Amino acid sequence: ALHQKEIRKVVQTLEQAAREILTVLQSVHQPSGFKEIPSKCAKARELFCTVRTQLGELKTKFPVEQYYRFHEHWRFVLQRLAFLAAFVVYLETETLVVREEVAKILGIQVVREKGFHLDVEDYLAGVLIMASELSRLAVNSVTAGDYTRPLRISNFINELDSGFRLLNLKNDPLRKRYDGLKYDVKKIEEVVYDLSIRGLAKDAGDK
Amino acid sequence: MLHARPANRQLWKRSSAAPHRARRESEACPRRNADAALDRDAGAASSSPVVAAFKVFQQELDTKHDKHERLVKISRDVTIESKRTIFLLHRVTSVPNAEDILKEAEVKLDAVRQKIGQIAEELRGEDLFQFHRAFTPGIQEYVEAVSFLHYIRHRGLISLEEINARLVFSTAEKVDPEGTAEEPQTAGPALTFQVTPSDYLLGVADLTGELMRMCISSVGNGDIDTPFQLSQFLRQIHDGFSYIGNTGPYEVSKKLHTLRQSLGKVEDACYALRVRGSEIPKHMLADVFSSRTALPDPEEGVV
Repeated sequence: ALHQKEIRKVVQTLEQAAREILTVLQSVHQPSGFKEIPSKCAKARELFCTVRTQLGELKTKFPVEQYYRFHEHWRFVLQRLAFLAAFVVYLETETLVVREEVAKILGIQVVREKGFHLDVEDYLAGVLIMASELSRLAVNSVTAGDYTRPLRISNFINELDSGFRLLNLKNDPLRKRYDGLKYDVKKIEEVVYDLSIRGLAKDAGDK
Repeated sequence: MLHARPANRQLWKRSSAAPHRARRESEACPRRNADAALDRDAGAASSSPVVAAFKVFQQELDTKHDKHERLVKISRDVTIESKRTIFLLHRVTSVPNAEDILKEAEVKLDAVRQKIGQIAEELRGEDLFQFHRAFTPGIQEYVEAVSFLHYIRHRGLISLEEINARLVFSTAEKVDPEGTAEEPQTAGPALTFQVTPSDYLLGVADLTGELMRMCISSVGNGDIDTPFQLSQFLRQIHDGFSYIGNTGPYEVSKKLHTLRQSLGKVEDACYALRVRGSEIPKHMLADVFSSRTALPDPEEGVV
Protein backbone atom coordinates (compact mmCIF):
# COMPACT_ATOMS: atom_id res chain seq x y z
CA ALA A 1 0.00 0.00 0.00
CA LEU A 2 2.94 2.27 0.65
CA HIS A 3 4.15 1.67 -2.88
CA GLN A 4 0.75 2.64 -4.22
CA LYS A 5 0.65 6.03 -2.52
CA GLU A 6 4.08 6.99 -3.75
CA ILE A 7 3.37 5.73 -7.23
CA ARG A 8 0.11 7.65 -7.43
CA LYS A 9 1.84 10.89 -6.49
CA VAL A 10 4.37 10.58 -9.31
CA VAL A 11 1.72 9.46 -11.78
CA GLN A 12 -0.22 12.64 -11.04
CA THR A 13 2.79 14.75 -11.95
CA LEU A 14 3.17 12.73 -15.15
CA GLU A 15 -0.46 13.34 -16.02
CA GLN A 16 0.06 17.06 -15.54
CA ALA A 17 3.10 17.02 -17.82
CA ALA A 18 1.15 15.07 -20.42
CA ARG A 19 -1.63 17.64 -20.34
CA GLU A 20 0.89 20.41 -20.92
CA ILE A 21 2.39 18.66 -23.92
CA LEU A 22 -1.08 18.03 -25.30
CA THR A 23 -1.99 21.71 -24.93
CA VAL A 24 1.04 22.66 -26.99
CA LEU A 25 0.31 20.13 -29.71
CA GLN A 26 -3.46 20.66 -29.84
CA SER A 27 -2.86 24.09 -31.30
CA VAL A 28 -1.84 22.58 -34.63
CA HIS A 29 -5.55 22.09 -35.33
CA GLN A 30 -6.03 25.84 -35.55
CA PRO A 31 -5.43 27.49 -38.92
CA SER A 32 -2.74 29.70 -37.44
CA GLY A 33 -1.10 26.72 -35.79
CA PHE A 34 -0.15 25.04 -39.05
CA LYS A 35 2.73 27.33 -39.82
CA GLU A 36 4.08 26.97 -36.32
CA ILE A 37 4.32 23.19 -36.32
CA PRO A 38 8.12 23.01 -36.09
CA SER A 39 8.27 25.35 -33.11
CA LYS A 40 5.47 23.51 -31.36
CA CYS A 41 7.29 20.24 -31.81
CA ALA A 42 10.42 21.77 -30.37
CA LYS A 43 8.46 23.05 -27.37
CA ALA A 44 6.88 19.63 -26.87
CA ARG A 45 10.30 17.99 -26.96
CA GLU A 46 11.46 20.35 -24.25
CA LEU A 47 8.52 19.34 -22.09
CA PHE A 48 9.45 15.70 -22.54
CA CYS A 49 12.57 16.45 -20.51
CA THR A 50 10.37 16.83 -17.47
CA VAL A 51 8.60 13.60 -18.34
CA ARG A 52 11.92 11.76 -18.47
CA THR A 53 12.79 13.03 -15.02
CA GLN A 54 9.41 12.04 -13.63
CA LEU A 55 9.57 8.56 -15.12
CA GLY A 56 13.03 8.22 -13.64
CA GLU A 57 11.44 9.08 -10.30
CA LEU A 58 8.62 6.58 -10.83
CA LYS A 59 11.10 3.75 -11.38
CA THR A 60 12.40 4.16 -7.86
CA LYS A 61 9.04 3.74 -6.16
CA PHE A 62 8.76 -0.04 -6.47
CA PRO A 63 10.91 -3.17 -6.91
CA VAL A 64 12.00 -3.35 -10.54
CA GLU A 65 10.88 -6.95 -11.03
CA GLN A 66 7.29 -6.12 -10.05
CA TYR A 67 6.50 -3.85 -13.01
CA TYR A 68 3.26 -5.65 -13.86
CA ARG A 69 2.08 -5.70 -10.28
CA PHE A 70 1.67 -1.90 -10.44
CA HIS A 71 1.32 -1.52 -14.17
CA GLU A 72 -2.32 -0.45 -13.99
CA HIS A 73 -1.35 2.68 -12.06
CA TRP A 74 0.59 4.22 -14.92
CA ARG A 75 -0.80 2.40 -17.94
CA PHE A 76 -3.20 5.23 -18.88
CA VAL A 77 -0.66 8.02 -18.65
CA LEU A 78 2.03 5.97 -20.38
CA GLN A 79 -0.29 5.34 -23.31
CA ARG A 80 -1.02 9.07 -23.51
CA LEU A 81 2.69 9.84 -23.46
CA ALA A 82 3.28 7.27 -26.19
CA PHE A 83 0.57 8.97 -28.23
CA LEU A 84 2.12 12.39 -27.69
CA ALA A 85 5.57 11.12 -28.69
CA ALA A 86 4.11 9.49 -31.80
CA PHE A 87 2.23 12.68 -32.64
CA VAL A 88 5.33 14.85 -32.34
CA VAL A 89 7.30 12.50 -34.58
CA TYR A 90 4.47 12.44 -37.09
CA LEU A 91 4.27 16.22 -37.19
CA GLU A 92 8.04 16.38 -37.68
CA THR A 93 8.49 13.61 -40.25
CA GLU A 94 5.05 12.25 -41.29
CA THR A 95 6.25 8.77 -40.42
CA LEU A 96 5.35 6.24 -37.76
CA VAL A 97 7.58 6.45 -34.74
CA VAL A 98 9.15 3.10 -33.81
CA ARG A 99 8.83 1.71 -30.33
CA GLU A 100 12.50 2.30 -29.57
CA GLU A 101 12.19 5.99 -30.42
CA VAL A 102 9.19 6.42 -28.12
CA ALA A 103 11.11 4.72 -25.33
CA LYS A 104 14.05 7.04 -25.96
CA ILE A 105 11.84 10.13 -25.83
CA LEU A 106 10.44 8.92 -22.52
CA GLY A 107 13.76 7.77 -21.18
CA ILE A 108 12.63 4.20 -20.58
CA GLN A 109 13.41 0.71 -21.90
CA VAL A 110 11.78 -1.39 -24.60
CA VAL A 111 12.72 -4.75 -23.17
CA ARG A 112 11.22 -5.74 -19.82
CA GLU A 113 14.40 -7.40 -18.53
CA LYS A 114 16.33 -4.17 -18.87
CA GLY A 115 14.13 -2.17 -16.52
CA PHE A 116 11.04 0.04 -16.54
CA HIS A 117 9.81 -0.54 -20.07
CA LEU A 118 7.18 0.37 -22.62
CA ASP A 119 4.89 -2.59 -23.11
CA VAL A 120 4.14 -3.26 -26.79
CA GLU A 121 0.40 -2.97 -26.10
CA ASP A 122 0.82 0.47 -24.54
CA TYR A 123 2.85 1.57 -27.57
CA LEU A 124 0.12 0.29 -29.89
CA ALA A 125 -2.57 2.01 -27.83
CA GLY A 126 -0.66 5.28 -28.13
CA VAL A 127 -0.45 4.81 -31.91
CA LEU A 128 -4.21 4.27 -32.08
CA ILE A 129 -4.88 7.40 -30.05
CA MET A 130 -2.72 9.24 -32.56
CA ALA A 131 -4.78 7.83 -35.43
CA SER A 132 -7.85 9.53 -34.00
CA GLU A 133 -5.92 12.76 -33.64
CA LEU A 134 -4.84 12.52 -37.28
CA SER A 135 -8.37 12.00 -38.52
CA ARG A 136 -9.24 15.23 -36.76
CA LEU A 137 -6.16 16.89 -38.24
CA ALA A 138 -7.21 15.82 -41.74
CA VAL A 139 -10.52 17.61 -41.30
CA ASN A 140 -8.92 20.72 -39.87
CA SER A 141 -6.23 20.82 -42.54
CA VAL A 142 -8.91 21.27 -45.17
CA THR A 143 -10.54 24.02 -43.14
CA ALA A 144 -7.17 25.73 -42.90
CA GLY A 145 -6.72 25.50 -46.66
CA ASP A 146 -4.14 22.68 -46.78
CA TYR A 147 -5.54 20.23 -49.32
CA THR A 148 -2.55 17.92 -49.63
CA ARG A 149 -2.02 16.96 -46.03
CA PRO A 150 -5.23 14.90 -45.84
CA LEU A 151 -4.04 12.69 -48.70
CA ARG A 152 -0.78 12.01 -46.94
CA ILE A 153 -2.63 11.30 -43.69
CA SER A 154 -4.90 8.94 -45.61
CA ASN A 155 -1.97 6.92 -46.97
CA PHE A 156 -0.42 6.80 -43.56
CA ILE A 157 -3.53 5.65 -41.75
CA ASN A 158 -4.33 3.02 -44.39
CA GLU A 159 -0.91 1.53 -43.95
CA LEU A 160 -1.32 1.62 -40.20
CA ASP A 161 -4.57 -0.27 -40.64
CA SER A 162 -2.82 -2.92 -42.75
CA GLY A 163 -0.33 -3.33 -39.97
CA PHE A 164 -2.97 -3.71 -37.28
CA ARG A 165 -4.79 -6.31 -39.35
CA LEU A 166 -1.80 -8.60 -38.91
CA LEU A 167 -2.31 -8.75 -35.17
CA ASN A 168 -4.24 -11.55 -33.53
CA LEU A 169 -5.92 -9.55 -30.82
CA LYS A 170 -7.84 -10.93 -27.88
CA ASN A 171 -11.06 -9.37 -26.57
CA ASP A 172 -9.15 -6.88 -24.47
CA PRO A 173 -8.95 -3.07 -24.24
CA LEU A 174 -6.47 -2.97 -27.12
CA ARG A 175 -8.92 -4.77 -29.36
CA LYS A 176 -11.66 -2.34 -28.41
CA ARG A 177 -9.43 0.60 -29.16
CA TYR A 178 -8.41 -0.95 -32.47
CA ASP A 179 -12.09 -1.27 -33.36
CA GLY A 180 -12.16 2.54 -33.38
CA LEU A 181 -9.51 2.72 -36.08
CA LYS A 182 -11.95 1.85 -38.86
CA TYR A 183 -13.96 4.97 -38.04
CA ASP A 184 -10.81 7.06 -38.31
CA VAL A 185 -10.05 5.40 -41.67
CA LYS A 186 -13.58 6.08 -42.86
CA LYS A 187 -13.53 9.72 -41.74
CA ILE A 188 -10.27 10.38 -43.55
CA GLU A 189 -11.49 8.61 -46.70
CA GLU A 190 -14.51 10.89 -46.71
CA VAL A 191 -12.26 13.95 -46.49
CA VAL A 192 -10.15 12.65 -49.38
CA TYR A 193 -13.29 11.89 -51.38
CA ASP A 194 -14.68 15.38 -50.76
CA LEU A 195 -11.43 16.86 -52.02
CA SER A 196 -11.15 14.59 -55.08
CA ILE A 197 -14.60 15.14 -56.48
CA ARG A 198 -14.16 18.88 -56.23
CA GLY A 199 -10.80 18.65 -57.94
CA LEU A 200 -9.13 20.18 -54.92
CA ALA A 201 -6.65 17.37 -54.34
CA LYS A 202 -3.56 16.96 -56.43
CA ASP A 203 -1.67 13.68 -56.34
CA ALA A 204 0.32 13.91 -53.13
CA GLY A 205 3.02 11.44 -54.20
CA ASP A 206 5.70 10.58 -51.70
CA LYS A 207 6.78 13.31 -49.34
CA MET B 1 11.51 5.98 -39.12
CA LEU B 2 8.81 4.43 -41.24
CA HIS B 3 7.53 5.92 -44.48
CA ALA B 4 3.92 5.71 -45.57
CA ARG B 5 3.43 4.45 -49.07
CA PRO B 6 0.27 4.76 -51.14
CA ALA B 7 0.05 1.01 -51.53
CA ASN B 8 -3.70 0.88 -51.12
CA ARG B 9 -4.31 3.55 -53.76
CA GLN B 10 -2.34 1.59 -56.32
CA LEU B 11 -4.34 -1.53 -55.63
CA TRP B 12 -7.59 0.36 -56.06
CA LYS B 13 -6.47 1.84 -59.40
CA ARG B 14 -5.40 -1.53 -60.79
CA SER B 15 -8.61 -3.33 -60.02
CA SER B 16 -10.89 -0.56 -61.35
CA ALA B 17 -8.97 -0.30 -64.64
CA ALA B 18 -9.92 -3.72 -66.01
CA PRO B 19 -12.91 -5.14 -64.23
CA HIS B 20 -14.06 -7.32 -67.14
CA ARG B 21 -10.76 -9.02 -67.63
CA ALA B 22 -10.44 -9.66 -63.94
CA ARG B 23 -13.85 -11.34 -63.87
CA ARG B 24 -13.12 -13.53 -66.89
CA GLU B 25 -9.80 -14.57 -65.44
CA SER B 26 -11.28 -15.45 -62.11
CA GLU B 27 -13.95 -17.62 -63.75
CA ALA B 28 -11.36 -19.43 -65.86
CA CYS B 29 -8.74 -20.09 -63.21
CA PRO B 30 -9.80 -19.04 -59.74
CA ARG B 31 -6.74 -20.46 -58.05
CA ARG B 32 -4.29 -18.50 -60.15
CA ASN B 33 -6.17 -15.31 -59.49
CA ALA B 34 -6.23 -15.96 -55.74
CA ASP B 35 -2.49 -16.64 -55.78
CA ALA B 36 -1.93 -13.47 -57.79
CA ALA B 37 -3.92 -11.53 -55.19
CA LEU B 38 -1.85 -13.07 -52.42
CA ASP B 39 1.36 -12.16 -54.24
CA ARG B 40 0.21 -8.62 -54.72
CA ASP B 41 -0.62 -8.26 -51.03
CA ALA B 42 2.60 -9.94 -49.99
CA GLY B 43 4.56 -7.70 -52.31
CA ALA B 44 2.94 -4.58 -50.98
CA ALA B 45 3.25 -5.83 -47.41
CA SER B 46 6.87 -6.89 -47.50
CA SER B 47 7.99 -3.61 -49.02
CA SER B 48 6.60 -1.63 -46.09
CA PRO B 49 8.60 -1.12 -42.91
CA VAL B 50 5.39 -0.33 -41.04
CA VAL B 51 3.96 -3.73 -41.87
CA ALA B 52 7.28 -5.40 -41.12
CA ALA B 53 7.22 -3.81 -37.67
CA PHE B 54 3.69 -5.06 -37.11
CA LYS B 55 4.74 -8.60 -38.02
CA VAL B 56 7.13 -8.39 -35.09
CA PHE B 57 4.33 -7.10 -32.84
CA GLN B 58 2.16 -9.97 -34.04
CA GLN B 59 4.75 -12.49 -32.95
CA GLU B 60 5.26 -10.82 -29.60
CA LEU B 61 1.56 -10.67 -28.86
CA ASP B 62 0.98 -14.25 -30.07
CA THR B 63 3.75 -15.52 -27.83
CA LYS B 64 2.32 -13.73 -24.82
CA HIS B 65 -1.25 -14.88 -25.51
CA ASP B 66 -0.10 -18.47 -26.06
CA LYS B 67 1.65 -18.51 -22.72
CA HIS B 68 -1.41 -17.03 -21.08
CA GLU B 69 -3.56 -19.77 -22.60
CA ARG B 70 -1.21 -22.53 -21.47
CA LEU B 71 -1.32 -21.14 -17.96
CA VAL B 72 -5.12 -20.96 -18.04
CA LYS B 73 -5.27 -24.63 -19.05
CA ILE B 74 -2.93 -25.74 -16.28
CA SER B 75 -4.82 -23.57 -13.81
CA ARG B 76 -8.08 -25.29 -14.79
CA ASP B 77 -6.57 -28.68 -14.12
CA VAL B 78 -5.36 -27.42 -10.75
CA THR B 79 -8.85 -26.15 -9.94
CA ILE B 80 -10.55 -29.42 -10.89
CA GLU B 81 -8.16 -31.65 -8.94
CA SER B 82 -8.25 -29.34 -5.90
CA LYS B 83 -12.04 -29.31 -5.92
CA ARG B 84 -12.11 -33.13 -6.12
CA THR B 85 -9.75 -33.26 -3.19
CA ILE B 86 -12.11 -31.05 -1.20
CA PHE B 87 -15.09 -33.29 -2.02
CA LEU B 88 -13.01 -36.26 -0.93
CA LEU B 89 -12.10 -34.58 2.35
CA HIS B 90 -15.73 -33.88 3.17
CA ARG B 91 -16.21 -37.65 3.41
CA VAL B 92 -14.03 -37.90 6.56
CA THR B 93 -17.03 -37.12 8.74
CA SER B 94 -19.12 -39.98 7.41
CA VAL B 95 -16.52 -42.72 7.17
CA PRO B 96 -15.01 -44.82 9.97
CA ASN B 97 -11.42 -44.70 8.74
CA ALA B 98 -10.54 -41.08 8.14
CA GLU B 99 -6.85 -41.81 7.71
CA ASP B 100 -7.34 -43.54 4.34
CA ILE B 101 -9.12 -40.50 3.01
CA LEU B 102 -6.43 -38.19 4.31
CA LYS B 103 -3.73 -40.27 2.66
CA GLU B 104 -5.60 -40.32 -0.63
CA ALA B 105 -6.07 -36.56 -0.40
CA GLU B 106 -2.35 -36.13 0.16
CA VAL B 107 -1.63 -38.11 -3.00
CA LYS B 108 -4.05 -36.00 -4.99
CA LEU B 109 -2.50 -32.79 -3.71
CA ASP B 110 0.95 -34.07 -4.67
CA ALA B 111 -0.35 -34.37 -8.23
CA VAL B 112 -1.70 -30.82 -7.99
CA ARG B 113 1.70 -29.64 -6.82
CA GLN B 114 3.25 -31.19 -9.92
CA LYS B 115 0.86 -29.12 -12.01
CA ILE B 116 1.85 -26.01 -10.09
CA GLY B 117 5.39 -26.96 -10.98
CA GLN B 118 4.39 -26.66 -14.61
CA ILE B 119 3.04 -23.19 -13.89
CA ALA B 120 6.36 -22.31 -12.27
CA GLU B 121 8.16 -23.58 -15.35
CA GLU B 122 6.04 -21.40 -17.66
CA LEU B 123 6.72 -18.41 -15.43
CA ARG B 124 10.47 -18.94 -15.38
CA GLY B 125 12.07 -15.62 -16.27
CA GLU B 126 8.70 -13.88 -16.55
CA ASP B 127 7.08 -11.22 -14.44
CA LEU B 128 4.50 -13.40 -12.73
CA PHE B 129 2.13 -10.49 -12.26
CA GLN B 130 1.79 -10.19 -16.00
CA PHE B 131 0.10 -13.62 -16.06
CA HIS B 132 -1.43 -13.61 -12.61
CA ARG B 133 -4.99 -13.48 -13.88
CA ALA B 134 -4.39 -16.73 -15.75
CA PHE B 135 -3.48 -18.87 -12.77
CA THR B 136 -4.98 -17.14 -9.74
CA PRO B 137 -8.23 -19.17 -9.73
CA GLY B 138 -6.33 -22.46 -9.64
CA ILE B 139 -3.95 -21.29 -6.95
CA GLN B 140 -6.78 -20.05 -4.74
CA GLU B 141 -8.51 -23.42 -5.09
CA TYR B 142 -5.27 -25.19 -4.18
CA VAL B 143 -4.85 -23.04 -1.08
CA GLU B 144 -8.43 -23.92 -0.13
CA ALA B 145 -7.78 -27.65 -0.55
CA VAL B 146 -4.44 -27.79 1.23
CA SER B 147 -5.62 -25.66 4.15
CA PHE B 148 -8.72 -27.86 4.47
CA LEU B 149 -6.57 -30.97 4.75
CA HIS B 150 -4.33 -29.18 7.22
CA TYR B 151 -7.28 -28.20 9.40
CA ILE B 152 -8.67 -31.72 9.49
CA ARG B 153 -5.30 -33.10 10.61
CA HIS B 154 -4.13 -30.33 12.90
CA ARG B 155 -7.17 -28.27 13.79
CA GLY B 156 -5.28 -25.12 12.84
CA LEU B 157 -4.69 -22.78 9.94
CA ILE B 158 -1.81 -23.55 7.62
CA SER B 159 0.50 -20.60 7.14
CA LEU B 160 1.54 -19.08 3.82
CA GLU B 161 5.14 -20.08 4.55
CA GLU B 162 4.16 -23.70 5.07
CA ILE B 163 2.27 -23.70 1.78
CA ASN B 164 5.15 -22.17 -0.14
CA ALA B 165 7.67 -24.52 1.47
CA ARG B 166 6.00 -27.40 -0.35
CA LEU B 167 6.06 -25.61 -3.69
CA VAL B 168 9.75 -26.05 -4.34
CA PHE B 169 10.51 -28.03 -7.46
CA SER B 170 14.05 -29.27 -7.76
CA THR B 171 15.54 -29.15 -11.24
CA ALA B 172 17.82 -32.08 -10.40
CA GLU B 173 15.47 -34.56 -12.04
CA LYS B 174 16.40 -33.39 -15.53
CA VAL B 175 18.11 -36.30 -17.26
CA ASP B 176 21.41 -35.58 -18.95
CA PRO B 177 20.78 -36.23 -22.68
CA GLU B 178 24.39 -37.22 -23.16
CA GLY B 179 24.16 -40.23 -20.93
CA THR B 180 22.89 -41.39 -17.59
CA ALA B 181 23.16 -38.93 -14.75
CA GLU B 182 25.19 -40.55 -12.01
CA GLU B 183 24.44 -37.92 -9.45
CA PRO B 184 21.46 -35.60 -9.34
CA GLN B 185 22.62 -32.41 -10.96
CA THR B 186 21.35 -29.26 -9.35
CA ALA B 187 21.17 -27.09 -12.48
CA GLY B 188 21.12 -23.73 -10.79
CA PRO B 189 18.63 -22.62 -8.12
CA ALA B 190 15.53 -24.77 -7.54
CA LEU B 191 12.34 -23.68 -9.27
CA THR B 192 9.75 -22.39 -6.83
CA PHE B 193 6.24 -21.12 -6.98
CA GLN B 194 5.37 -18.53 -4.40
CA VAL B 195 1.70 -18.07 -3.57
CA THR B 196 1.06 -14.38 -3.08
CA PRO B 197 -0.43 -13.14 0.21
CA SER B 198 -3.46 -11.99 -1.78
CA ASP B 199 -4.13 -15.45 -3.26
CA TYR B 200 -3.56 -17.00 0.15
CA LEU B 201 -6.16 -14.73 1.73
CA LEU B 202 -8.71 -15.44 -0.98
CA GLY B 203 -8.14 -19.19 -0.71
CA VAL B 204 -8.57 -19.08 3.07
CA ALA B 205 -11.78 -17.06 2.65
CA ASP B 206 -13.12 -19.84 0.42
CA LEU B 207 -11.98 -22.42 2.97
CA THR B 208 -14.43 -20.99 5.48
CA GLY B 209 -17.32 -22.01 3.23
CA GLU B 210 -16.10 -25.60 3.21
CA LEU B 211 -15.61 -25.56 6.96
CA MET B 212 -19.19 -24.38 7.39
CA ARG B 213 -20.37 -27.31 5.29
CA MET B 214 -18.24 -29.65 7.31
CA CYS B 215 -19.73 -28.27 10.49
CA ILE B 216 -23.29 -28.87 9.37
CA SER B 217 -22.60 -32.34 8.08
CA SER B 218 -20.66 -33.34 11.21
CA VAL B 219 -23.66 -32.46 13.34
CA GLY B 220 -25.80 -34.61 11.10
CA ASN B 221 -23.44 -37.47 11.85
CA GLY B 222 -23.86 -37.06 15.56
CA ASP B 223 -20.52 -35.34 16.11
CA ILE B 224 -21.24 -32.64 18.65
CA ASP B 225 -17.66 -31.56 19.35
CA THR B 226 -16.54 -30.48 15.90
CA PRO B 227 -19.15 -27.72 15.52
CA PHE B 228 -17.89 -25.89 18.58
CA GLN B 229 -14.24 -26.20 17.53
CA LEU B 230 -15.11 -25.00 14.06
CA SER B 231 -17.14 -22.12 15.39
CA GLN B 232 -14.19 -20.86 17.38
CA PHE B 233 -11.80 -21.35 14.47
CA LEU B 234 -14.08 -19.63 12.00
CA ARG B 235 -14.61 -16.75 14.34
CA GLN B 236 -10.84 -16.21 14.54
CA ILE B 237 -10.55 -16.21 10.78
CA HIS B 238 -13.51 -13.89 10.49
CA ASP B 239 -12.05 -11.48 13.01
CA GLY B 240 -8.80 -11.48 11.07
CA PHE B 241 -10.58 -10.62 7.85
CA SER B 242 -12.63 -7.94 9.59
CA TYR B 243 -9.42 -6.34 10.70
CA ILE B 244 -8.18 -6.22 7.12
CA GLY B 245 -11.55 -4.84 6.04
CA ASN B 246 -11.29 -3.26 2.63
CA THR B 247 -7.60 -2.46 2.78
CA GLY B 248 -6.83 -5.78 1.14
CA PRO B 249 -7.45 -6.92 -2.42
CA TYR B 250 -10.91 -5.90 -3.51
CA GLU B 251 -12.24 -9.46 -3.83
CA VAL B 252 -11.82 -9.82 -0.08
CA SER B 253 -14.77 -7.53 0.62
CA LYS B 254 -17.11 -9.82 -1.31
CA LYS B 255 -15.75 -12.91 0.37
CA LEU B 256 -15.98 -11.27 3.77
CA HIS B 257 -19.71 -10.98 3.24
CA THR B 258 -20.00 -14.70 2.44
CA LEU B 259 -17.77 -15.46 5.41
CA ARG B 260 -20.11 -13.63 7.75
CA GLN B 261 -22.98 -15.75 6.48
CA SER B 262 -20.98 -18.96 6.96
CA LEU B 263 -20.04 -17.92 10.46
CA GLY B 264 -23.69 -17.11 11.16
CA LYS B 265 -24.77 -20.60 10.10
CA VAL B 266 -22.13 -22.23 12.25
CA GLU B 267 -23.00 -20.10 15.26
CA ASP B 268 -26.68 -20.94 14.81
CA ALA B 269 -25.78 -24.62 14.68
CA CYS B 270 -23.85 -24.34 17.94
CA TYR B 271 -26.72 -22.48 19.53
CA ALA B 272 -29.19 -25.17 18.50
CA LEU B 273 -26.93 -27.87 19.84
CA ARG B 274 -26.50 -26.05 23.12
CA VAL B 275 -30.19 -25.35 23.60
CA ARG B 276 -31.72 -28.48 22.19
CA GLY B 277 -28.88 -30.92 21.71
CA SER B 278 -29.55 -32.88 24.85
CA GLU B 279 -33.25 -33.24 24.03
CA ILE B 280 -32.84 -34.73 20.59
CA PRO B 281 -31.60 -38.21 19.85
CA LYS B 282 -28.40 -38.05 17.80
CA HIS B 283 -29.85 -39.64 14.70
CA MET B 284 -32.43 -36.92 14.50
CA LEU B 285 -30.01 -34.04 14.83
CA ALA B 286 -29.54 -34.04 11.07
CA ASP B 287 -33.21 -33.16 10.61
CA VAL B 288 -32.94 -30.20 12.96
CA PHE B 289 -30.19 -28.70 10.86
CA SER B 290 -31.54 -29.66 7.47
CA SER B 291 -34.56 -27.43 8.10
CA ARG B 292 -32.36 -24.54 9.14
CA THR B 293 -29.97 -24.84 6.25
CA ALA B 294 -32.57 -25.83 3.63
CA LEU B 295 -32.63 -22.33 2.11
CA PRO B 296 -29.94 -22.17 -0.56
CA ASP B 297 -27.57 -19.30 -0.08
CA PRO B 298 -28.01 -16.97 -3.07
CA GLU B 299 -24.37 -15.96 -2.91
CA GLU B 300 -22.94 -19.44 -3.22
CA GLY B 301 -24.42 -20.61 -6.50
CA VAL B 302 -23.56 -23.99 -7.86
CA VAL B 303 -20.07 -25.15 -7.08
